[in-house]
Amino acid sequence: MQSNRLPIGGRVDRSRRLRFRFNGTVIHGFAGDTVASALLANGVSLVGRSFKYHRPRGILCHGSEEPNALLQVDRGPGRVDPNNRATITEVTEGLTVASQNHWPSLEHDIGAINDWLSPIFTAGFYYKTFMWPRALWDKVYEPLIRAAAGLGVAPKEADADRYAQRYAHCDVLIVGAGPAGLAAALAASTSGQRVILADEQAEFGGTLLHDTGSMIQGMQAAGWLVGTVAALADCRNVRLLPRTTAFGYYNHNHVALLERVTDHLADPASGLPRERLWQVRAKQVVLATGAHERPLAFADNDRPGIMLAESIRAFINRYAVVPGHRIVFATSGASAYRAAADARAAGVEVVVVDVRPVAACGPELALLRAEGVEVLTGHTVLGSTGRKRVRGLIVAPVDADGRIGIRRKLTCDAVGLSGGWTPAVHLFSQSRGKLTFDTAIDAYRPGRSVQAERSAGAANGSYELTTCLAEGWEAGLRATGRDGARSFRVSPATPTGFVAVRVLPGEGNGRAFIDFQNDVTAKDIRLAVREGFESVEHIKRYTTTGMATDQGKTSNMTALGLLSETLSRPVAQVGTTTFRPPYTPVSFGALTGAARGALFEPVRKAPLHDWAAARGAVFEPVDRWLRARYFPRPGEDMRAAVSRECRAVRSSVGILDASTLGKIEVVGPDAAEFLNRLYINGWTKLAPGRCRYGVMPKEDGYIFDDGVVARLAAERFHVTTTTGGAARVLDHMEEYLQTEWPNLKVFLTSTTEQWAVIALQGPKARQVITPLVDGIDMSAAVFPHMAVRTGRICGVPTRLFRVSFTGELGYEINLPASQAALVWDAVYAGGEPYGIEPYGTEAMHVLRAERGFIIVGQETDGTVAPDDVGLSGMIADAKPDFVGKRSLARPDLMAAGRKQLVGLLTEVPGVVLDEGAQVVENPGQPALGHVTSAYWSDACGRSIALALVAGGRARHGQVLHVTTQAGFTAVRVTEPVFFDAGAERVHG
Amino acid sequence: MLLIPCPHCGPRSELEFHCGGEAHIARPTNPAATGDQRWAEYLFYRSNTKGVHAERWLHVHGCGRWFNVRRDTISDRFVTADQIRSAEEGS
Amino acid sequence: MGEAGIAILPLAPSARFSLRLAAAVVEIGEAGGFWLDIPINTCHVAGERMTVRLGPNEWLLFGPQADAIRHDVAATLGDRFFSLVDVGDRDLAFAVAGIHARDVINGGCPLDLDDIVFPAGSASRTLLGKAQIVLIRPGAERLYRIECGRSFALYVRAYLENIAHEFLRSPGSGILA
Ligand SMILES: [Zn+2]
Repeated sequence: MQSNRLPIGGRVDRSRRLRFRFNGTVIHGFAGDTVASALLANGVSLVGRSFKYHRPRGILCHGSEEPNALLQVDRGPGRVDPNNRATITEVTEGLTVASQNHWPSLEHDIGAINDWLSPIFTAGFYYKTFMWPRALWDKVYEPLIRAAAGLGVAPKEADADRYAQRYAHCDVLIVGAGPAGLAAALAASTSGQRVILADEQAEFGGTLLHDTGSMIQGMQAAGWLVGTVAALADCRNVRLLPRTTAFGYYNHNHVALLERVTDHLADPASGLPRERLWQVRAKQVVLATGAHERPLAFADNDRPGIMLAESIRAFINRYAVVPGHRIVFATSGASAYRAAADARAAGVEVVVVDVRPVAACGPELALLRAEGVEVLTGHTVLGSTGRKRVRGLIVAPVDADGRIGIRRKLTCDAVGLSGGWTPAVHLFSQSRGKLTFDTAIDAYRPGRSVQAERSAGAANGSYELTTCLAEGWEAGLRATGRDGARSFRVSPATPTGFVAVRVLPGEGNGRAFIDFQNDVTAKDIRLAVREGFESVEHIKRYTTTGMATDQGKTSNMTALGLLSETLSRPVAQVGTTTFRPPYTPVSFGALTGAARGALFEPVRKAPLHDWAAARGAVFEPVDRWLRARYFPRPGEDMRAAVSRECRAVRSSVGILDASTLGKIEVVGPDAAEFLNRLYINGWTKLAPGRCRYGVMPKEDGYIFDDGVVARLAAERFHVTTTTGGAARVLDHMEEYLQTEWPNLKVFLTSTTEQWAVIALQGPKARQVITPLVDGIDMSAAVFPHMAVRTGRICGVPTRLFRVSFTGELGYEINLPASQAALVWDAVYAGGEPYGIEPYGTEAMHVLRAERGFIIVGQETDGTVAPDDVGLSGMIADAKPDFVGKRSLARPDLMAAGRKQLVGLLTEVPGVVLDEGAQVVENPGQPALGHVTSAYWSDACGRSIALALVAGGRARHGQVLHVTTQAGFTAVRVTEPVFFDAGAERVHG
Repeated sequence: MLLIPCPHCGPRSELEFHCGGEAHIARPTNPAATGDQRWAEYLFYRSNTKGVHAERWLHVHGCGRWFNVRRDTISDRFVTADQIRSAEEGS
Repeated sequence: MGEAGIAILPLAPSARFSLRLAAAVVEIGEAGGFWLDIPINTCHVAGERMTVRLGPNEWLLFGPQADAIRHDVAATLGDRFFSLVDVGDRDLAFAVAGIHARDVINGGCPLDLDDIVFPAGSASRTLLGKAQIVLIRPGAERLYRIECGRSFALYVRAYLENIAHEFLRSPGSGILA
């Protein structure tokens, strides 16, 4: 148990033992462990199978850049999450994790046959194999590929966790709490400005968490870290966000952070979200995001147990875990010497293989040799042995001309690789900053900034601890508008410098992996160049290098360098691919936040919703509103219910909640002139107390909205809009008022929700309402159709409209929304002697269609002009101009053959057409238009339909054909009016 | 997400705004006397500038006012923000 | 309430008017106890009457008596060009109070609510999730008034409750019906 755990040391809490399951086996660890450190402590080196070849893979890194160790994490029902990196998943008591991409088991993976077939899995394999024949793609290739490839399994259950979001603002956002970020935060904190310090790890400190050898300001690094974090925690102006990854850098210093709130807790307090998405707007940003170590490329460089050198150092020093007992460090640079020294200090047998000749090595060589460590300089690595775990490294001397000497096998159970370092410039690049290639560090580093941002430390290409601290401090000062420098006393000096080697000499026939997660080898990249690819963007897509979920953090620079070598072109000229958010994967839950289920979007309920619901109404969504569609009685289907509701309105009285209509109060001396300019109708002569139906086009001449407008007083209008049009009509009006006619004296106020509207329609409507009304003469002569009066109903102030969308005598009672239920109940009670029926939107649609009234958005679709629906008679010719008038004279709108509104009567009266069905002259001929509305009409005793048909008005009497589910049905073209053609009933 | 300088409210998140496209597209003063081509240009033709672009924004979930800004479409930097003359200043 | 972790409660109905006025408010100063000459995005409380200035020519007026407000404002403004529209039933209001009030509101509102940026006396139209709101901070306490359209109230309240979940364990917290 924990055979690889050192007896002392590390930052884990040995007093808190934790158990979790890995592929069913119980694994023991300590608080502070990641799944990766605990697996290594228990000697587990095989943790996954690779993406394409199903090769056995282990843990490569100790941080978020890990390409191999991806696990399915199971925290209970609804909490299964694929593709978690073992290196950042903290161990909790009872956690269940499993490896991915293997069948039937990790140890025996049938997919590993792909490894033997690898010669056919070269770059562009999928493109070449599956491009042809096209017919096989959907049915054969894609399902096969989806089954064979892929990583974890997507969960099937709904996510049981809550996710939160938070908007935050600060003066300085510091990303990364390693030495540079901590120094920046210290400097910035003294300004009193608002500072946010975010780091993706559980603990602040970055490399200081595993740097047991350095002294800062005379203190051990760990001690300096404790003091620094405590000082920052004491600052009221500093917000510390551990376990928080800055994953996206957008416009104007908008940075998105993902905070993992509960994944590290075995039993989180109720109410806590699993994750929180922070949307930070920072005045200044300091990027202290560190650097990524590069592996070395040689044959079979991917065996479990082969890791990054610095990661071995981190596992030993931070977690007190030795990944092996005889470790070979293969390196092309100085930093691995420190890892080797720390491993040796932990009691591990160590050999160093350095590809650099002695002359190219720094003082680190002599220091390590002085401790008795065998260092083979000028040696290359030719391959590795072992299968599920590395057993040895084949090395050989190599001279300046690349001649390889006698091979030697170094027996080992772990390997540490170091091919140098790459600054983590992802966020800088996302901020649109310009990267520049620096040959001195063989890497792209931040160049010209585009946003208010600065990089410091390793992210800036500075690898010495003392420089990281100084750069961080200065960045923190400058971000708060101050100048100044400070030097930090650090000892010993950080060993830095490396020789860039793309692929180690003598690579031979084995596979030298560049991109571990997508299984891209050096050969694949060379093959792509041989096949004619030159652009880095093309090669990335063709080979898929850098395109996995790790975005090639450990591999991109090596791939670029190899491309540069193969093309014989300097790296700077090869360029680099674009860094895109997210830096590391982000859950859909965090992006969704609260916006799921009932909170997906606002569901608006009308003032009489509860009455309708209690009455058993069936609702339909209209825009964001829920409206009662019909009120079925027991045993009734929709047609029966709607027919009954229509009959009530036509024969007696019906009542409808019409509150969702948009309403706008238009006030001012120029109100009539303003409306003149927006509607096709004229408003100047509309007398106070009267209403008019208005049609509003946009500037392109097409109908945009319609509704009844009432003139309450000379300078006050009550405008109604469609339910869905309320907000956009107000915006449209405001736009013209503010930007075209700012001198008109008019003000607009939205009153949609102020007024509930009860529509009372039918020949008995007046009898029902009259006893309830005060202060309004209800007689037909004094209060005619298309008039408005103010007074009281049931004691409540009302704007009473006499209007009709049904063709019957009717009223629309506007009253303050809070009083709607009271008045509704009274009106309903008053209607009961007449057999009043509540009706819904479906009956409303039938009733208006019988009379041929259009619905904007149903008979119109944004390409329908007033004349197309027979409303050109309403255009006030006397007006010199209105919005859209000039467009009505554009050639397209004057052309013959435009689609026009007609009625359609099916030759078989019982057939109800489908809305949207195509209209043709004869089957097989091109479409002339489409059905816009179709219903069973109780009043007509047959089906009716409205349609837009090319040249429709000239076709009255013609027989056309309309598509049906089964084929075609014959229809006769008529006027678009089916009932009360003389429009007499409204005057009843 | 842009940070848009409203001349009345100061810098606010793009979430609160509606973009009204290119600014200074003057509505012809006498549409009836405007030819088809000129009218079509007014309706549909826009410059699609790469670089500094004059555009209109409505602070719809804020002060409710339209205003003009000049924004560099490459860097998204705002160059100026002006309110549109309205009735109170005009009268 | 100021010591609560988080409290969310619906506020009693209030008379409410939308005032639009083009005249120079400096000359008018105050109309019937409503202080019009205040900076945009601020509010002013005088007795039972509260003025919120949302834009250069737009105010919300709050108080207990609709008829009295209508009368007093009209009397002051006289024959100037203005629009006074009763919106008392258009909107509903919630109070969000407590030491976590800001955290809860910023769970869906993109405004910077820091004391320096949004001090006592601030007010603005903005967003909460997908609903438009007017956010008012009448005094120095951690107490905010949220106004929203009547039919958005269910959404706004459920949204606030959803965010408040994680703070409900702090003492004195609660959501009142
Ligand atoms: Zn504004």
